[in-house]
Amino acid sequence: MNQRLFVKGNEAVAMGALAAGCRYYFGYPITPQSDIPEYMARELPRLGGTFIQAESEIAAVNMLLGASACGMRAMTSSSSPGISLKQEGLSYMAGSELPGLVVNICRSGPGLGGIDASQADYFQAVKGGGHGGYRLIVLAPHSVQEMYDLALLAFDLSDRYRIPAMLLADSVVGQMKEALIPDARAQVELPLKDWAVRGKPAGEPQRVVKSLYLGDGELEAHNWRLHARYELLAAREARWEALYLDDAELILTAFGITARIAKSALRMARDAGLRVGLLRPISLFPFPREAFREATRTTKKILCCELNTGQMVEDVRLSVARDAEVFFYGRPPGAGSLPTPEELFAQILRYCGRAA
Amino acid sequence: MSLVETPVFAAPRSLRPVVTHFCPGCQHGTVHRLVAEALDHFGVQERTIGVASVGCSVFLYEYFDIDVVESPHGRAPAVATGVKRALPDRVVFTYQGDGDLAAIGTSEIIHTANRGEALTVIFVNNTTYGMTGGQMAPTTLAGQKTSTSPYGRDPAHDGAPMRMAELLAQLDGTRFSARVAVDSPRHVIEAGRVIRRAFATQIEARGFAFVEVLSTCPTNWGMTPVQANARIADELIPCFPLGIFKQGQEAS
Ligand SMILES: Cc1ncc(C[n+]2csc(CCOP(=O)(O)OP(=O)(O)O)c2C)c(N)n1
Ligand code: SF4
Repeated sequence: MNQRLFVKGNEAVAMGALAAGCRYYFGYPITPQSDIPEYMARELPRLGGTFIQAESEIAAVNMLLGASACGMRAMTSSSSPGISLKQEGLSYMAGSELPGLVVNICRSGPGLGGIDASQADYFQAVKGGGHGGYRLIVLAPHSVQEMYDLALLAFDLSDRYRIPAMLLADSVVGQMKEALIPDARAQVELPLKDWAVRGKPAGEPQRVVKSLYLGDGELEAHNWRLHARYELLAAREARWEALYLDDAELILTAFGITARIAKSALRMARDAGLRVGLLRPISLFPFPREAFREATRTTKKILCCELNTGQMVEDVRLSVARDAEVFFYGRPPGAGSLPTPEELFAQILRYCGRAA
Repeated sequence: MSLVETPVFAAPRSLRPVVTHFCPGCQHGTVHRLVAEALDHFGVQERTIGVASVGCSVFLYEYFDIDVVESPHGRAPAVATGVKRALPDRVVFTYQGDGDLAAIGTSEIIHTANRGEALTVIFVNNTTYGMTGGQMAPTTLAGQKTSTSPYGRDPAHDGAPMRMAELLAQLDGTRFSARVAVDSPRHVIEAGRVIRRAFATQIEARGFAFVEVLSTCPTNWGMTPVQANARIADELIPCFPLGIFKQGQEAS
């Protein structure tokens, strides 16, 4: 029988990565994600893996690039300012079609900001935060269990599509403790990576991992190839959670920590007899646009809640086109800016046409 | 007397028989050849992974017949660290220019050396940024005119030329650090010997090995190949002395 553990979100993501067969971790300390490198520094040597505390986030992501180019399951993690530094490497990994996991336990910004929970890195994560036009697979856990489960999924999707994956969480999900039932995957079978550089066997063609395409039309073809893969991902791998959509007159939407608060507000609304549902994107790229399109055939009002001044709401609007009205409620991150369930419930009352 | 010809000199197996894109008189090609000869000498072509950088040497994989991973500007030592940690029994080398290694990638090279990663770094110092059109590098000589030091490099304003081989030799993790030149047949032969020793340091798992190669960029120096060669002897070597600055204990 599977054990039931009581762990922190940051530990859960590290445990999930190890369960996925990740044996290489490269990182640099930053609050509120330092539990991840600390966990890896303790556990990886026992498993015959490698932990390196790099001299910078830039070095860490490039070490990840190197290990991934050899076909290994490897990861790095950081928090917002550190993720900005990793963007160069992520663009190179995307251009070189390299898998790998990057965890962003977001903190508030811009600049040094603070260590409070934030969702202001949404654009950076889902629109291709580095140069050149690319996408990452972006998954947004809202519980400790999901920190674990989505770490496993991120590695699988990343390997399958050869697109780097990001787990976009925040300091609350990273720091909170709740029950975790780890999935005991006895043996992880990695997909064949015949493209990996491992030394060229005699008589065989060399393998090159690169993002440089200078020939006439070569780079355009490469970018169309990457684009087709993003489309495939959108068609096959969008993930979301839906609650009470059947009879909803208002759909709440939120991801990560805000979705947890939204769930409490949803319970309050249902207890008050209001027909409110919830559509929670789990994959932020690919965005579950079909789920929104489907839901707005019957429900014409959506309320998007975020811990920023409006980022995911743009993708919601694009998904529903003109089929529904999309409202937004958000707060820029900072100390004390996490909304309470009562605060969101007041917004629900407003859009359901009830006085608070 | 036998009429059968016995070759005394052949192209290295680790290099492909193709024409390179380097300018006439550029010594990147010579350095490529010396590295390939070292790989052949140790018979490690099949287990070598090259890490390419940006700069004129970016097409490493077009010329070396080995597996290659390309890295962002300056980050080759970090990429190579990931490769070597993933596959410790492979021979891993980076090939970097002075703009790459001594400017944007200073942090990566120093820390990779300091960790004592068992890698070989080939550092081509031509005192300028070749590929981007001859801008000032950290190795540009005092007084040298470049496109971004049009009045000549002024150490009071731009800093003095950086001596990477000496700098890296200070670090405990560095087991071998040397500077060579490829301006004369004698120096080329010596450079080949030193590059072999740098690979031996890695193959014998003794740690980080660094070879700085003084090399020409006739195009951006505005010189003929012959003049550029002479400049190495006349101007570069006095500022960047040749020699071995560190050698760890020999293999047991
Ligand atoms: C982040 C980044 N900045 C700048 C460049 C542009 N760039 C390409 S090559 C190069 C300089 C290369 O000079 P060097 O390393 O000395 O090599 P060389 O061309 O002389 O062989 C620069 C600045 C880049 N590719 N990436
Ligand atoms: S620009 Fe300079 S370094 Fe580059 S190939 Fe030409 S001569 Fe060589």
